Amino acid sequence: MSRLAILGARLVDPASGRDEIGDVLVENGKIAALGAGIFADGIPEGTENIEADGLVLAPGLIDMRVVTGEPGTEHKETLASAGRAAAAGGVTTMVVMPQTNPVIEDISLVDHIRRSGRENSPVNVLIAGALTKGLNAEEMTELGLMSDAGAVMFSNGDTPISDTRLMRRIMAYSSTFNALIAHRPMDPYLSQGSCAHESDYSSRLGLPAAPAVSERIIAERDIALAELTGGRTLLDLISSEETLPAIRRAKARDLEVAASVSINHLALNEMDIGDYRSFAKLDPPLRTENDRKALLNAIDDGTIDVIVSSHDPRPAGEKRRPFAEASAGAVGLEILLSAGLTLVADGQMDLMAFLAAVTCNPAALLGLEQGNLEEGAPADLILFDAGAPWLCDAEMLASKSKNTPFDGRHMQGKAVMTICNGKIVFERRTTAN
Amino acid sequence: MSNPLASKALNLQHLLAISDLNRPNIEFLLDLGEKYLDLSVQKGPAIKILAGKTLINLFFENSTRTEKSFELAGRRLGADVISMAIARSSVAKGETLLDTAATLNAMNPDLLVIRHGASGAPALLAQKVSCPVINAGDGTHEHPTQALLDALTLRNRLGQLDGLRVAICGDILHSRVARSNVQLLNILGCEVRLVGPTTLLPADADRWGVEVFHDMQSGLKGCDVIMMLRLQLERMAGSFVPSKREYFHFYGLDRTKLDYAKPDALVMHPGPMNRGVEISSDIADDPDVSLITRQVETGVAMRMAILHGLADANPGGVS
Repeated sequence: MSRLAILGARLVDPASGRDEIGDVLVENGKIAALGAGIFADGIPEGTENIEADGLVLAPGLIDMRVVTGEPGTEHKETLASAGRAAAAGGVTTMVVMPQTNPVIEDISLVDHIRRSGRENSPVNVLIAGALTKGLNAEEMTELGLMSDAGAVMFSNGDTPISDTRLMRRIMAYSSTFNALIAHRPMDPYLSQGSCAHESDYSSRLGLPAAPAVSERIIAERDIALAELTGGRTLLDLISSEETLPAIRRAKARDLEVAASVSINHLALNEMDIGDYRSFAKLDPPLRTENDRKALLNAIDDGTIDVIVSSHDPRPAGEKRRPFAEASAGAVGLEILLSAGLTLVADGQMDLMAFLAAVTCNPAALLGLEQGNLEEGAPADLILFDAGAPWLCDAEMLASKSKNTPFDGRHMQGKAVMTICNGKIVFERRTTAN
Repeated sequence: MSNPLASKALNLQHLLAISDLNRPNIEFLLDLGEKYLDLSVQKGPAIKILAGKTLINLFFENSTRTEKSFELAGRRLGADVISMAIARSSVAKGETLLDTAATLNAMNPDLLVIRHGASGAPALLAQKVSCPVINAGDGTHEHPTQALLDALTLRNRLGQLDGLRVAICGDILHSRVARSNVQLLNILGCEVRLVGPTTLLPADADRWGVEVFHDMQSGLKGCDVIMMLRLQLERMAGSFVPSKREYFHFYGLDRTKLDYAKPDALVMHPGPMNRGVEISSDIADDPDVSLITRQVETGVAMRMAILHGLADANPGGVS
């Protein structure tokens, strides 16, 4: 029997609202006991002790949007390298997206990735199956068989489904299996050929841009379809203030609609693409400071349920190009926690609201038993130093690809230890770097 | 009703939809059908009730079994039967349905059987001709003679339908058989269930007097009868369902799913079957559970009863 005792931690659990100094006992991969004074009668024999010394102990992060290059483009990222990056970033469960080569669209791929994840990644790997064959946005995939094979949600990657009738059928069909359908709200015609947010700033830069309503139009459509079909929908990667009233109305009517935002859109705005910094080229594009503030409010008031890393590894060759030609995307598995804690330290976001959006909220959407600190729950835990200052150096990232707009930025807060299924999968030697 | 072969109890001009029928009419037709199930009566009726009469089979959609079933029924009753496959005829030359109706009416038929790809086409035709019209399937609307023959098949096998729990499974959305059967089985006192993926069930089907299920396990629980429907293979391209194998996995009737129903449950299918898509061969061919061949056999008798009843009830045509 393997036992681990974490002593003197600040236990923060957004699922229960718990925030207190206490200890945790981990036995056989599960949380056996937690709270103040659980070791009043002494610590059991043969237990490995970890002195937390006031560090925050929280559930491990669940990242619902991770792109890897396995299979197909392993030079960008493998499940093993993404898993190491996740562990270093306090992420204990990652949902990998279907935009691989071949696309994750049948049960054999689902099975293959589950197995590879189990064997090669130190953290849990879950799978988002493709919604349409080859992500062509034309024909539905075998959603039911993939659900049975273990896919936890479905997504069409970054390719929006413009055919409303197809989207209706997908939502209706998936409701039979109560599957979660993630879809990028973006009007492909309105956004065609654009690489920036339509604003005064992007027009000065002379960049082809798309208006924020491109997102709102399809978000409103998908909400209407969710109402029509009873399908469970995740509005994937909300980036604009424009879209938020529609989500609030949907939630007020108790529709099965949830929304996610990337950490990049909470921490950065369109000014970050100044000087044509292609490492800040993202999809959806970074928007205005007003949008960013509205998104932060939407986390605090629960309009947006989930924060994701939107981890999207790109080799330097794809990024170091003229802005319009460069690939969009940034790695984020090692950024998510720290960038979130930096916003918390700045007073821009509430700690409990942030942690809920990366632990218990995604767990609830995916139907996982992870994401909380309860007796009997899987021991997926992180210890982090909420105030530790550090300088982000892209070259120090564990990801195979180093494309991050946070390179050279001062950050506050980082993971010190990551425990997955009761095993220590990451431990930082010192908190300084 | 004591001798339905001689009775004129049927009060009906056309058979366009189950809603044209009331319970006495239905019982009358089923009783008459029962008589014609006796092969000696069917092949050598005492009176050739349609002798000297003309039956026109008007098929705008290809069909083998329904067309031949009506043809045989008409001939066994002594009628002159003309079968017209319009798909290969004048409509191809641009004639409208009403033009065709006027042309046919000028030939003074005594009974008209029509199948058409458009819902409501038989009703339109019925307004323009002066003989009884029988709907042999219109679009995704109704197929009343199929429902009647299904009811007769069940009554003949089980004695009565009252209180039976019947699950109709598969592509309800595009099925005229399902629409007719739901109404007829409800009138006859059955508890009707619809089972299929959300994409193949009509919106608000729960208002049809049925219980709706999306999985076979709960849908088939306690069922006496399972009616499987044909899945048109072009439904894959329309993304109603992703693939044949996924459809069979969740909705195809195999031994495992059959075991969810009552131990002595019976299986029906209006045909033609897609083996391995909506039904496995070992069930389709198992004489202990499958009524599928029996349905075809009953079809001729039931259609004789319908032709007989309508001709008898409207000796001078309809106005």
